[in-house]
Amino acid sequence: MSAAKKTPAAAVVSAALFVTTLFTGTFATRAAADDAPVKIGFVTTLTTPAGVIGADMKNAVELALEHLGGKMAGREVRVFFEDDAFKPEIGRQKTGKLIKRERVDFVAGYIWSHVLLASAKTVFDADKFLISANAGPSQLAGKGCHQNFFSTSWQNDQTPMALGEVLNRRGVKSLYVMLPNYAAGKNMLAGVERTFRGRVVGRDMTKWGRDRQLDFSAELAKAAASGADGLFIFYPGSAGGAFLKQYQQAGLKDRLPLYSVFTVDSLSLPRLQAAGIEGVLGSNSTMFWAPDLDNAANKKFVADFKARHGNYPSFYAAQSYDSVMLIDSALRATGGDLRDRDAVRAALRRADFASVRGDFRFGNNHFPVQNFYLREVVEDADGNWTTRITDLVYRGHQDPYAADCAR
Amino acid sequence: MDWHLLFAQLLNGLQLGLLLFLLAAGLSLIFGIMDFINLSHGSFYMLGAFVCATVAAVSGSFFLAVLAAAAATFAAGALVERCIARKLYARGHLEQVLVTYGLILIFDELAHLVWGPAGAAIALPAALEGRVDIGGVGVPRYRLLIIMCGLLVAAGMYFLVTRSRLGMLIRAGASNRAMAAALGVNIDRLYLLVFAIGAALAGLAGALIAPLTEASIGMGGEIIIIAFVVVIVGGIGSVKGAFCAALLIGFIDTLGRAYLDDLLKLFLPGAAAETAAPALSAMSVYVLMACVLALKPRGLFAPAGAGVKT
Repeated sequence: MSAAKKTPAAAVVSAALFVTTLFTGTFATRAAADDAPVKIGFVTTLTTPAGVIGADMKNAVELALEHLGGKMAGREVRVFFEDDAFKPEIGRQKTGKLIKRERVDFVAGYIWSHVLLASAKTVFDADKFLISANAGPSQLAGKGCHQNFFSTSWQNDQTPMALGEVLNRRGVKSLYVMLPNYAAGKNMLAGVERTFRGRVVGRDMTKWGRDRQLDFSAELAKAAASGADGLFIFYPGSAGGAFLKQYQQAGLKDRLPLYSVFTVDSLSLPRLQAAGIEGVLGSNSTMFWAPDLDNAANKKFVADFKARHGNYPSFYAAQSYDSVMLIDSALRATGGDLRDRDAVRAALRRADFASVRGDFRFGNNHFPVQNFYLREVVEDADGNWTTRITDLVYRGHQDPYAADCAR
Repeated sequence: MDWHLLFAQLLNGLQLGLLLFLLAAGLSLIFGIMDFINLSHGSFYMLGAFVCATVAAVSGSFFLAVLAAAAATFAAGALVERCIARKLYARGHLEQVLVTYGLILIFDELAHLVWGPAGAAIALPAALEGRVDIGGVGVPRYRLLIIMCGLLVAAGMYFLVTRSRLGMLIRAGASNRAMAAALGVNIDRLYLLVFAIGAALAGLAGALIAPLTEASIGMGGEIIIIAFVVVIVGGIGSVKGAFCAALLIGFIDTLGRAYLDDLLKLFLPGAAAETAAPALSAMSVYVLMACVLALKPRGLFAPAGAGVKT
């Protein structure tokens, strides 16, 4: 007890010491805030066949950093890439690691809706900012929206909604639908059914994940026998290539025209071309962006990406590029200061940067309000297959869940 | 009832079943004769697909590519048997599972290093594109080729196992290893041959499926579980069992995906049926396995005397 008792003099000295440490402490953190690098965690899939997508996103992030000169508002930037291995539980674990061990300021990335949903709470609980560079599950757009969540992609329903609108305009009366059985697949189905006014004559939800179904013989036979006017599919990643080959081999091109979302992209097209899958030429898909979208930011992005990697960037790459530019815009607005979370959030919400998709703004749920285009697969001047915008489907479109988002 | 559709679906089921047979035949023999659980059997399937893609791209001949895939996986199988599997026969199943799981990771990583994460697509020769009209049903030529290859290999295996000297040794080994060895069978060579033939069959399956699904890393892991189900249902060590079980599972899986939602709609509301059907059809194969295990714990066609521990 006697050791704990302090004389008045000792109390003054310790108080003075305390105050000094407090001050030096503050100075130290201020110095850290200004000089220490901005840390960004980027969770994507780098292994499994879906690693192709992750590699494309990583390339885009690195290109964005190069365009920024490696700095945001004068501060160095460090990006930590993590691999979710296509599994929600691994994604959550890696997100936790980024926040606890690397102490990142932003967590971005996420290809898969189910991985994002498993990881989101970890980011929100730590009061960090979460920027989805692809996945757009309805759960985070409506009632479960969060003030620290931002998307540089789209809400899952929007792209298929635009496609449903295209089907209406083309007079398609009946539709057969095939998609993978997981969170995004369900959103894609809900999206197309929301706008398509004809009849959906058949629906197949196929197995997805590490042991996903890649042989679609039974489903294609059903689709062919259904007599539908069109076939709507959503098969992201390498499953898309498998599907399109079997679609061609089944000889359905003329009987059952193909309409797709997130299946025919710059990652699958070179491989389809190599395998001679001509059936995909002329097929239609909807998207918020295309490599030929005419604006200065996109021209620079596509040209530099092609110069570096030889192929067109995918939409995954476009969104990843924008996610880095969005973070940069927030740092520029706050002068590189991340301590005032409200100021950073307000700056993010303004989305004051030149997006590769041209104009866009955030809606109340922090998903973009943006245009959607119809794209067609064509051969470019160099003989490579790519997509070309043929029509504007929606101008300034907001997702249907935004109304349920009340914070 | 649309009979054309049913016929098309039966052909689809047959094709899936025959592919599963190619995988399961080797797996079953290796499991039955060496009592060796080879989780990495799927890696030979993947290897076959990648070799086929590469040789097809370089040589331009798909036929040559399939032969090369079978030869390469035969060699890889022999190598794995000599260097790794041989040391594990006397060990417990747990150790075998651990090592062969490790092999899967090694093979996946090797494929990643050699072929990159993207996998490889195969362009089919024009002669194999298009469809053949069978009774008013347009069957893709290539799927027909898979069916014919599968039936040919099945016939070859039947001849090999029931008519040849090697087959006699295989049957003896599957029934009672220790006794076969005691009677002077050169067990070392038998094991090597069985392992390599099994690997080559898996490689052939991979080469045949690759033009449909592309060669991709981890494709072996996607199919190995279902191949084990085939082995268990058919009876460990029985090629006939593997054949029947593979066809049974091929038909159940395909017809489940094709008709289960319509069937459920008879007594469930439409939306509920559509949600339940994919889950149920994915499960149906395991339900079959559970039923078979309950009625015939050693599988449908377990070799006589198999399971006798010495």
